[in-house]
Amino acid sequence: MLIFENWKRILVLVVSTFAIIFSLPNFLSKDLVNNSLSFMKSGEIRLGLDLQGGSYLLLRVESESLQTDRLNSLSDELRLAMRSASPRIGYKNLKVSGTELIFTLVNNEEESRVKGLIDSIDKELIFNKDSYNNIILSMSEDKIKEIRDYAILQSIEIIRRRVDEVGTNEPLIQRQGDERILVQLPGLDDPERIKKLLGKTARMNFRLVNETASIEESLSGRVPPGSDLLFEIDERTGEKSIPYVIYKRIGVSGDQLVDANPTMDQNNQPVVSLRFDTSGSRKFGELTSKNVGKRFAIVLDGEVISAPVIREAITGGSGQISGNFTFESASDLSVLLRAGALPAPLTILEERSVGPSLGKDSINAGMYAALISIILVIIYMVIIYGTRFGVAANISLMVNILLIIALLGVLDATLTLPGLAGIALTVGMAVDANVLIFERIREESRSGRSDIGAIDNGFKEAFRTIVDANITTLLAALILFQFGSGPVKGFAVTLALGVITTMFSSLLLSRGIITFWYNKFKPTSLNI
Amino acid sequence: MLRLISDNTSFKFIKLKLVSFSFSAIVCMASIFSVIFIGLNFGIDFKGGILLEIRTTSNIGIAEIRNNISNLNIGEVAIQKFGVDSDYLIRVEKQEGSDNAQQIAVEAIKSTLNASFGEDIKYRRLEYVGPTVSKDLVSDGVMAIIFAIIAMLAYIWFRFELPFALGAIVALLHDIILTMGVFAVLGLEFNLATVAAILLIIGYSMNDTVVVYDRIRENLRKFKKMNLNELLDKCINQTLSRTINTTVTTILALGALYIFGGQIIADFAFAMLWGIVVGTYSSIFIASPILVYVNVRRNKETES
Repeated sequence: MLIFENWKRILVLVVSTFAIIFSLPNFLSKDLVNNSLSFMKSGEIRLGLDLQGGSYLLLRVESESLQTDRLNSLSDELRLAMRSASPRIGYKNLKVSGTELIFTLVNNEEESRVKGLIDSIDKELIFNKDSYNNIILSMSEDKIKEIRDYAILQSIEIIRRRVDEVGTNEPLIQRQGDERILVQLPGLDDPERIKKLLGKTARMNFRLVNETASIEESLSGRVPPGSDLLFEIDERTGEKSIPYVIYKRIGVSGDQLVDANPTMDQNNQPVVSLRFDTSGSRKFGELTSKNVGKRFAIVLDGEVISAPVIREAITGGSGQISGNFTFESASDLSVLLRAGALPAPLTILEERSVGPSLGKDSINAGMYAALISIILVIIYMVIIYGTRFGVAANISLMVNILLIIALLGVLDATLTLPGLAGIALTVGMAVDANVLIFERIREESRSGRSDIGAIDNGFKEAFRTIVDANITTLLAALILFQFGSGPVKGFAVTLALGVITTMFSSLLLSRGIITFWYNKFKPTSLNI
Repeated sequence: MLRLISDNTSFKFIKLKLVSFSFSAIVCMASIFSVIFIGLNFGIDFKGGILLEIRTTSNIGIAEIRNNISNLNIGEVAIQKFGVDSDYLIRVEKQEGSDNAQQIAVEAIKSTLNASFGEDIKYRRLEYVGPTVSKDLVSDGVMAIIFAIIAMLAYIWFRFELPFALGAIVALLHDIILTMGVFAVLGLEFNLATVAAILLIIGYSMNDTVVVYDRIRENLRKFKKMNLNELLDKCINQTLSRTINTTVTTILALGALYIFGGQIIADFAFAMLWGIVVGTYSSIFIASPILVYVNVRRNKETES
């Protein structure tokens, strides 16, 4: 009798049953699984974007702009502080350049006084001087990190809201590294709209138009202090069209909106209707009641949407923005306003989008290829190792594949096109373990051992080799998982799972089958 | 049952070592020269740039597409048929400037094509990689390969002995060099998937080598007096049948993938196929014969 311990027998049965049950939902219709076999549902495999279609976007949060904003407001404070100090501190060329605030003192002896002022404004600023006696202020690493972390977390939240508004199923939005956000949108037909939505910071505010300033003067570069020169953008050409001089002071900010919706106005033109929160309503009421007859501008990301004349005070807390909207652009703007502004602009560093038709083709071709590889290998194994050992290997191969499928589903891993290649490859390599065992049995048998001895020794001797040989593949898969991204990661996953399931199926399952066969039929020759 | 090779082969592989070493040295040199002088055809993963796969419904030819895109001022554009007749692959070189430049160029291309062909074209795939990410991907890829080599070296050293590890690494480098060489000579696109294939080749080649080494270790203990050349030959012959059977099943599986798996996966499958052939060759003709030179310790009880 060949010995196959009871605990091994139970383990083989449990694992094989698991493999069959949890791989099954991937072969049945979705309705059937959802309605009557819902306990199998966790076995359903999630397909990668390359197989089901969708978009992969890697975004960078340009948090430097937040540093610049912060430095700009610091520079205003510092300017005020130096002017109002007594005696007054003379300075020149005060400006913010990127992530630095630079100025020069008229009298370098006043350096220590300036340091005191700076400390009183913000202790964490880093004070530096270059060889031309320029004072350079910048933020500490900790502060920059804090700003960056805030920007990332806030951006993720806003992106999630925007994506949810457009409605894709199961979007994945996660932080990646220090300054990046990964967005995966499965099954999306037209990624352009989402890309457009993500490309807008959507910082909106209502500001009064400076009607006393001369537009000609401003256009030639002499913008009055406290005002900006901003433009309305022509929808069709994307060029700057009408210039406005607008006060920097923000009347009401877009943060104070609670709702925005696209509607039609009385002339049947698409408009966006807004509702403010309580404090926003009050501010908007004050702004409009004090400035009846004047113009105020609706500014979005530094562009003027429109600049209507205030006809009467608007106190109800709701209003309408008209511009040159189409219904689509009005509804896009509403989405942006409802979701809120991004703390900093986003840049798309990398995009990979696959249309649903290509995904479908890929999955069909991949499945077909995997099926053919299974059939070819099965035939080969029977030819080489006969209807006993060959069939045992083939049964364990089938269970092996089902086990990979079941594990992919239960572990909620993603199956990609390279992942399918990994399964096909596992089919080729999985029999390797069986081949090692069978070759060893042949050898042992040739060296004159009894059949039982040959089988027993064959498994025992091959065990070490199989483990050693498979660990190398497992190592390669782990490294690939660590460094790879997207579809390639999927390859690493199936490869690693394949190695593990192969060890099980060859060392336990094959052995169980062969033991069962040998003990039951007591063959006179192994015929291997 | 069928034996592809007879049970008791006794090929003299070690005797052939000068031939196989010189052959491998020549092919490796040729590979290195091709990589240097022909160069690798890096895909957008590593070079940055834009890739569009479109399907056309009416008779739109390469020339028409090119005419439309050529006056966009977006640098070098390559257009080729891809798989079936109606599919085209458009590659555009990396756009200089900010990270946004790729995105802007993509919009320009799409709006031009949409204006000219409207509903007659469908976008099947769109990928673009900006300069920051492509730099990251290059360093990730290089790191992955280096780490894999170190991990293999460490593992073999730990499980066997240093001389074995050295032999295995020579075989490994041999396989990687030849794979890069064939990519240079055939001008196949070298991308992230190729790196994945190289890692798989590293794993597979080691797998093959380990099986032979394992047998060598076993026989070193069994036949303490046997001449090393003879012993190595014996080990290779003993594992030959397994080596060939495994190679055949893997080739069958990957071959099916190469032929039926679709255009996107074909190059990936080809790289793996090539690597498996090369890896099998190297574990027989390089990894084992080289042990003659690296001072394998005899007479000492090697633990397993």
